[in-house]
Amino acid sequence: MSSRPLTDAARGELRLWLAQRASAAVLAACVIVHLALIIYAVRSGLTAAAILGRTQGSLIWLGFYLVFVAAVALHAPIGVRQIVREMTGWRGRSLDAAAAVFAAALALLGVRAVWGLFA
Amino acid sequence: MSGAASTLSVKVWRGREDGAFQDFAVPQAQNQTVLDVVTWIQRHLDPTLAYRFACRVGMCGSCAMTVNGRPRWTCRTQVAAVAGDGGLSLAPLANLPVIKDLATDMTAFFDKWQRAGGRFRPTGTRADEFATVPPATPGRRAADAGIECIGCGVCHAACDIVRWNPDYLGPAALNRAWTLVNDVRDAGGEARLAAVAGDAGCHACHSTESCREHCPKHINPTAAIAGLKRATTLALLKGRL
Repeated sequence: MSSRPLTDAARGELRLWLAQRASAAVLAACVIVHLALIIYAVRSGLTAAAILGRTQGSLIWLGFYLVFVAAVALHAPIGVRQIVREMTGWRGRSLDAAAAVFAAALALLGVRAVWGLFA
Repeated sequence: MSGAASTLSVKVWRGREDGAFQDFAVPQAQNQTVLDVVTWIQRHLDPTLAYRFACRVGMCGSCAMTVNGRPRWTCRTQVAAVAGDGGLSLAPLANLPVIKDLATDMTAFFDKWQRAGGRFRPTGTRADEFATVPPATPGRRAADAGIECIGCGVCHAACDIVRWNPDYLGPAALNRAWTLVNDVRDAGGEARLAAVAGDAGCHACHSTESCREHCPKHINPTAAIAGLKRATTLALLKGRL
């Protein structure tokens, strides 16, 4: 205890802060690739079928978009939780639970969409 | 010049938080500072006006006020540089309780310096030789960048995060902590990093840089706070926090 001056709760907050920064760094790369992909697809006039033809069964695109979804599911709930804490009086376990539900919802919806491209 | 012939219209905050602005007409003079204006009002128009100053040369940090909406050190602020067509509007510093008129209670501001571990913790004793700290070392340079703070409270008044979260340690206290983190003679170590971490500490900073924009000493507390974020992250990853 004496060698670890932070409380568990404070250390947890620090880890969340770090996780949000780390996921932001991942998102920066993912968003650039994703935007480039959209521009490429639109400019080359790819149809939905053509796009699906390239993503279905592709482990590379599956992996890329799963990383994207994981980063979003981590980044957004931590940020929204922090905004709520700063702008309203809502804090504590109920807010943490709401943020966890938000994270689970984002992850679920994201994985469902990615699976739709892959399967 | 003919400055004495014209008058300056000055609105001055009177009372506490629930006070109001009072109008004064003050003769303009050459090289007049905002502090000169306040002093003139107290000496010639209303001796009950409360304000705070000491050195009048930008060293002591006691005369800061809100001048036309911006926090400034009034002893080094020329009227000519800030008074628009509407003259001057003078109010106490924001984000601190008002004692009376232009004087704020700075207790909370300096308590935050203590909470941020702003006290020097020596590693040596008086029996030791003087420490040699070469000017070119990175730690010394980082400490030098923030060491000229005069504790005027301008950055604290300018900070949006302090306004949202009164517990937030604020730019000045965190800047002080960063100078000590970089002081090789200091033994504050992880205890200080723990004191500045978290919700009310460096991690609350959104880097809006109001502190840097308003600091009369041109210090960049945002950079100091970023340094604290790096130092706390490193200590966390190494299992020392």
